[in-house]
Amino acid sequence: MQLDSKVPEGPLAEKWNKHKFDIKLVNPANKRKYDVIVVGTGLAGGAAAASLAELGYNVKAFCFQDSPRRAHSIAAQGGINAAKNYQNDGDSVFRLFYDTVKGGDYRSREANVHRLAEVSVNIIDQCVAQGVPFAREYGGLLDNRSFGGAQVSRTFYARGQTGQQLLLGAYSALSRQVDSGKVKMYTRSEMLDLVMVDGKARGIVVRNLINGEIESHSAHAVLLCTGGYGNVFFLSTNAMGSNATAAWRAHRKGALFANPCYTQIHPTCIPVSGGHQSKLTLMSESLRNDGRVWVPRTKELAEKVRSGQLKANDIKEADRDYYLETKYPAFGNLVPRDVASRNAKMACDDGRGVNKEGQAVFLDFRDAIKRDGKDLISAKYGNLFQMYHKITDENPYEVPMKIYPAVHYTMGGLWVDYNLMTTVPGCYALGEANFSDHGANRLGASALMQGLADGYFVIPYTIGDYLARMPYDKVATDHPEFKKAEQEVKDRIAKFVGKSEGTKTVDEFHKELGKIMWEYCGMARNTEGLTKAKKMIQELRADFHKNVKVSGGDKEFNQTLEKVMRVADFMELGELMVDDALNRSESCGGHFREESQTDEGEAKRKDDEFSYVAAWEYKGENQQAELHKEALEFENVKLTQRSYK
Amino acid sequence: MNLTLQIWRQNKPDINNNGNYQNGEGKMTEYKVADISPDMSFLEMLDELNEDLLKKGDDPVAFDHDCREGICGMCSLYINGQPHGPESGTTACQLHMRSFKDGDTIYIEPWRAKAFPVVKDLVVNRSSFDRIMQAGGYVSVNTGVTVDANEIPVAKTIADEAFNMAACIGCGACVAACKNASAMLFVSAKVSQLSLLPQGKAERKKRVERMVAQMDEEGFGACTNTGACSAECPKDIPLSSIARMNREYFEAKITSNNV
Ligand SMILES: Cc1cc2nc3c(=O)[nH]c(=O)nc-3n(C[C@H](O)[C@H](O)[C@H](O)COP(=O)(O)OP(=O)(O)OC[C@H]3O[C@@H](n4cnc5c(N)ncnc54)[C@H](O)[C@@H]3O)c2cc1C
Ligand code: SF4
Ligand code: FES
Repeated sequence: MQLDSKVPEGPLAEKWNKHKFDIKLVNPANKRKYDVIVVGTGLAGGAAAASLAELGYNVKAFCFQDSPRRAHSIAAQGGINAAKNYQNDGDSVFRLFYDTVKGGDYRSREANVHRLAEVSVNIIDQCVAQGVPFAREYGGLLDNRSFGGAQVSRTFYARGQTGQQLLLGAYSALSRQVDSGKVKMYTRSEMLDLVMVDGKARGIVVRNLINGEIESHSAHAVLLCTGGYGNVFFLSTNAMGSNATAAWRAHRKGALFANPCYTQIHPTCIPVSGGHQSKLTLMSESLRNDGRVWVPRTKELAEKVRSGQLKANDIKEADRDYYLETKYPAFGNLVPRDVASRNAKMACDDGRGVNKEGQAVFLDFRDAIKRDGKDLISAKYGNLFQMYHKITDENPYEVPMKIYPAVHYTMGGLWVDYNLMTTVPGCYALGEANFSDHGANRLGASALMQGLADGYFVIPYTIGDYLARMPYDKVATDHPEFKKAEQEVKDRIAKFVGKSEGTKTVDEFHKELGKIMWEYCGMARNTEGLTKAKKMIQELRADFHKNVKVSGGDKEFNQTLEKVMRVADFMELGELMVDDALNRSESCGGHFREESQTDEGEAKRKDDEFSYVAAWEYKGENQQAELHKEALEFENVKLTQRSYK
Repeated sequence: MNLTLQIWRQNKPDINNNGNYQNGEGKMTEYKVADISPDMSFLEMLDELNEDLLKKGDDPVAFDHDCREGICGMCSLYINGQPHGPESGTTACQLHMRSFKDGDTIYIEPWRAKAFPVVKDLVVNRSSFDRIMQAGGYVSVNTGVTVDANEIPVAKTIADEAFNMAACIGCGACVAACKNASAMLFVSAKVSQLSLLPQGKAERKKRVERMVAQMDEEGFGACTNTGACSAECPKDIPLSSIARMNREYFEAKITSNNV
């Protein structure tokens, strides 16, 4: 298979404009003859569904929550980037482009990233017009902050709830289109398969989660805006329902899956304690602006902290190892996410972790409070401190926080071309569900930007190029291909319902899968571990299909059944992540291969061998996936080894 | 700690497949859970119960949840007679077991309101909220047809107040708390946000009229100013937003002839 990225010719800064001019348009009067399915109504899907309906297309939108306002995007805290240069501090489209390519460790497509930076400015205009209450300065203009170690202030925010406010903006635009009759919204509906007719995506099969009915929906194109797959790890900062099923089912129907091993592990999360935890909570990155990360200098001291003999505040200055400040004097506590995470792991692997489990480091505000006063610190981080206090029952004004890295975001996803189309004609992927813009590591505040860019400003143009070539004819849902897909879904469900004799619960299997992934395909990976993990996942998957216990029927509201269907797909995707991690024997971004590091223990890329997107083709149940490569060419940025010393 | 749980179990939905009301025939059922850690969240305690039930071959308790961080508004439990339980400014998913004592009996019920029919056990249908939003909870602006974001300055105090109103998570606790099952707090939060901001002013009359009309049509009750909604709201939406909506509504009624 030849991967054609369809990146337009011409100079970088002109590609998108030229492309918009060159691609085919659908005449305004003809748009109503086309039906578009949008699966997922987070930032990407909500924005796309509303914008396409405004243009005149008939949209059917789907989500598994009870309302589109509850998509996982709602949880984003920190902010959204845009190259507005409102602060006059030297920001520009090119700088945002450059930072994103560099931050992604040179594993993303230049043309896509540049387009993202270009449209970032329109996003802010759009959201403000919708009534999104971004933070403002006293003069009434929009406020910005610097985020995730960026050298300029380009992050727009709405307190610690930026994702919520942006999603409610998209949701309001979507609601307006539902009211106008151009969007038909299906909530509590889960897509379980993609339907192909004559080699093109022509519809989906969904399960109505309230009554369990299997329903088909037909359209001229299908957009998958279904989010990331971080929940493969069981424990992550993602919402409980976030899953990979839609993307994975499209993958099985021919959509290549790109860079599955690129996962982002966020350094500042509340650590795991005990075995009962169901999810992990992110503490905003901004805390590292004032908090100092440290562990006790020796194992002996750490042991005393773990057993409760010694309190953090009793440890003398000389016995504290502020390891980030020592190792990276230029960036200190503000090194990028992957570097901060890996160093926390190293400190804990060294026996110097500070909670009972030995899997936590301190994030200490003592010096900041001494310097700036409690009031100022509280004004900046009050809500975060309160949240931490509520969850852990410890007061961070008095004792240092304990933090540990957790799975947060997946850079990998369905392979898409410049038009956001997957390798299945008529099937698009937007937002976190695609692989496109973040390379091997995503910068803070860039996921919201990408989701909204894809939904508001890219797909409304690029979809026209495909639809303009499509006949208006609709495919009826009693077409044999729909019937076949429905039957396959019913068979898949039937394999699980009535398995009340099973020995283990879905959650138990999911936790086991998560442990394997975290241990061998988490913050550090090596050939031996990955090889072992592959075998372990295969065995676990076989055991899962034989022994998982499911209660209740299929024709009813059944949350166990929902979960089991999702975990079944995670069991397959997990193996592909391991395959990809094995293949990429370099370190880059969030993917750290222990075999590929510098003398100082930093990640080492191998640009000669691995400057490519690894796109995997599904070859059948329990078959080895096949690798295809899209070469990455860099004409506008110079590849350098990242250094934060 | 060891606890006794009294949980509402209901197998049949309040609304049948044809969209008609039926009696769901639910009842309170007793369960025991043991060795619950005070560090667990309330929903993790329910997870534990469900694992036990599943292993015994019983049907796990259905309840809604997703983010488990207090922001998506999905969780909706009526705990010991209070929506979202005993802690103020907290959703059920943010509640921890350290708020309870060993030996406690905890009563867990769904939101109860005609406009929120039960789907199963503790799960209710809140689409009525979506329909109210569809009636006018937006600014009519198409994608791409906008001015520069800094073209219209907004005073910081106004922007901050609009944010306070926009913090509503659409959970429905206000309705569950109200003896009349009124949705005034929810609706007024959105009306307030958009009427405060310059971007929302053009449509303010039509918006408030349509949203209130939809609210009435959905079967939510009238507001008699008991204040229970605001007291139980996990996002501290103040009663003053209802006063603001009333002003907006009367002004709209006097000066326009929409709806
Ligand atoms: C705690 C946290 C904080 C974050 N903070 C930031 C931040 O500050 N800045 C930033 O830029 N990014 C942040 N991110 C990342 C960012 O929030 C996400 O990457 C982004 O919101 C994803 O948006 P999306 O539209 O692609 O998907 P989602 O918002 O995940 O939406 C997925 C949609 O798909 C639907 N869906 C999924 N599967 C199916 C199916 N099979 N059938 C039907 N519907 C389906 C869901 O119902 C939902 O509507 C954060 C992430 C987390 C976890
Ligand atoms: S007003 Fe408060 S209680 Fe009511 S829906 Fe909004 S957040 Fe929930
Ligand atoms: S689960 Fe999201 S608010 Fe409780």
